[in-house]
Amino acid sequence: MKKNFVLAGILLALSAGILLGCSSQASPWSEAEVGLMRSLWIGSLPELPPDPSNQYGDDPRAAALGEKIFFDTRFSVNGEVACGTCHLPEKDFQDGLPLAQGVGATDRRTMPIAGTAYSPWLFWDGRKDSQWSQALGPLESPVEHGGTRTQYVKLIQAHYKDEYEALFNELPDFSDESRFPVPAAPVSDALALSNWEAMSAEDREAVTLVYANMGKAIAAFERTILPNESRFDLYVEAVLANDISAARDIFTPDEEAGLKLFLNDANCTRCHNGPLLTDNDFHNTGVPAVAGLPEDTGRARGAQQVLTDEFNCLSQYSDASPEDCNELRFMLAEGEELERAFKTPSLRDVAERAPFMHAGQFWTLEEVLNHYHFAPAAPGGHSELEMLHLNRSQQAQIIAFLKTLSAIQ
Amino acid sequence: MNSQNKTIIVTAVVTAALVLVGLFVLMPILGPSLMHPIMVEQMHGSGSSVSTSDLNTDTTRTTNNGAFVISFKSQLDPIAIGSMHSWILHVETADGQPVEGATISVGGGMPEHGHGLPTSPQVTQDMGDGDYLVEGLRFQMGGWWEVKFNISADGVEDNVTFNIILGG
Repeated sequence: MKKNFVLAGILLALSAGILLGCSSQASPWSEAEVGLMRSLWIGSLPELPPDPSNQYGDDPRAAALGEKIFFDTRFSVNGEVACGTCHLPEKDFQDGLPLAQGVGATDRRTMPIAGTAYSPWLFWDGRKDSQWSQALGPLESPVEHGGTRTQYVKLIQAHYKDEYEALFNELPDFSDESRFPVPAAPVSDALALSNWEAMSAEDREAVTLVYANMGKAIAAFERTILPNESRFDLYVEAVLANDISAARDIFTPDEEAGLKLFLNDANCTRCHNGPLLTDNDFHNTGVPAVAGLPEDTGRARGAQQVLTDEFNCLSQYSDASPEDCNELRFMLAEGEELERAFKTPSLRDVAERAPFMHAGQFWTLEEVLNHYHFAPAAPGGHSELEMLHLNRSQQAQIIAFLKTLSAIQ
Repeated sequence: MNSQNKTIIVTAVVTAALVLVGLFVLMPILGPSLMHPIMVEQMHGSGSSVSTSDLNTDTTRTTNNGAFVISFKSQLDPIAIGSMHSWILHVETADGQPVEGATISVGGGMPEHGHGLPTSPQVTQDMGDGDYLVEGLRFQMGGWWEVKFNISADGVEDNVTFNIILGG
């Protein structure tokens, strides 16, 4: 009788011990998953490499000048639009609108800036290949800043002459209205274009050089805008330290389950990979077209535009040697997969950035997950998506995980 | 005797219940770590009929019609996802003579995802002694990649495909 109680006690203690022992130490993650999580961790982000096309990129004086221009609304046709009008610092340098509003209405969603210094391609269609050449696009877009480069170089002369000359070189005198008319630029506007073509080649080059330098100063500022650590990064750090109980203090069970789905069954890391959770490439995910907007072929057009862009890496205004322009030299310029392909956005801070997709097609992450779940046919080209078999609670878990990618304030 | 039997039965039932509950609770957690890697891969793979573990990932291969023996060496080793890099391709005849002056084109993609390479890599230099510089390679996601070369030399044309499996 007594013997049996002792035996029962030992058995019970053993089973309880096994249970407790296992549950306090077992990691929910396989070695491969831990490796994948490490690759997504912000600690895996390498130090920002220099931009060979912008020799002023890491000069703090350039960044200071660029920051002033970034927020200066005089750099627009009506004096009301600056870069910071759509790229609001308090909103992760975007505007929360489906379509950006400059002096007119655009066809695309404002993109955030954090971490774009790591990206070989800028804009949803990658029609620019550096931050500085990107910055020059909206300035002359008729629906964004709406001005032209002669107007802008005169503003530099009037308001930023000393700062400009301390960095770059002596400013030519742009005051002669007949030699430097406003508006004038190689743009679609008939008056600006005819004025531009009437200028001498030397004068056009002098203006464009100052204009390019403006872009390089803005880029020097934008290079300083980087993503911040998120709760996900803290979780990965705990997992890497093999401290599962600390990790579970950081994530709820739903967030952990959402991460598991993100890494595995939901196929998210096919495109959202690396520490910025983007492959910096272009994909057709069958996002619906927006009624009323012109046809958008995405990367198919963007690839052709960047090849002939006057400010690309191989251009005379770039500081890079051709060997530094491998992204452009070996760019995929043609192919069916470029049709209606758009850039994979970083998922860092994604939950703070509704609406989603290149024209703000979805207002909630629930709609986004629903789209990936059903994987509808693309309105043009072919969607790369395959239908996901995720139930509602799994979709909710992925959303719970996506919210952990927001920077810790 | 009766109460002794009862104790044995109770002990057995409680132990069995604990072990069963333990297994149910812990299996989803412990399960994956106990599985063979191939099983894990098949569970999480995209349902493809090709098991990537069966693929030939040799870096030296004979071309499809046996005309050349091709090998490659990546200048980025191991190959990192998302990094643009170069390869040195070495071309020999079937009897081991280096082939110079070949015309080589590059292609490939991810057969399971139905897309091509994200870049347009090219042979940019005939380095002599059968070596060629291939620039502009980048693989932007983990999984099975094919890199294909079409080689033409001295009136002979042949193709070779290398399989690359990237983790992550």
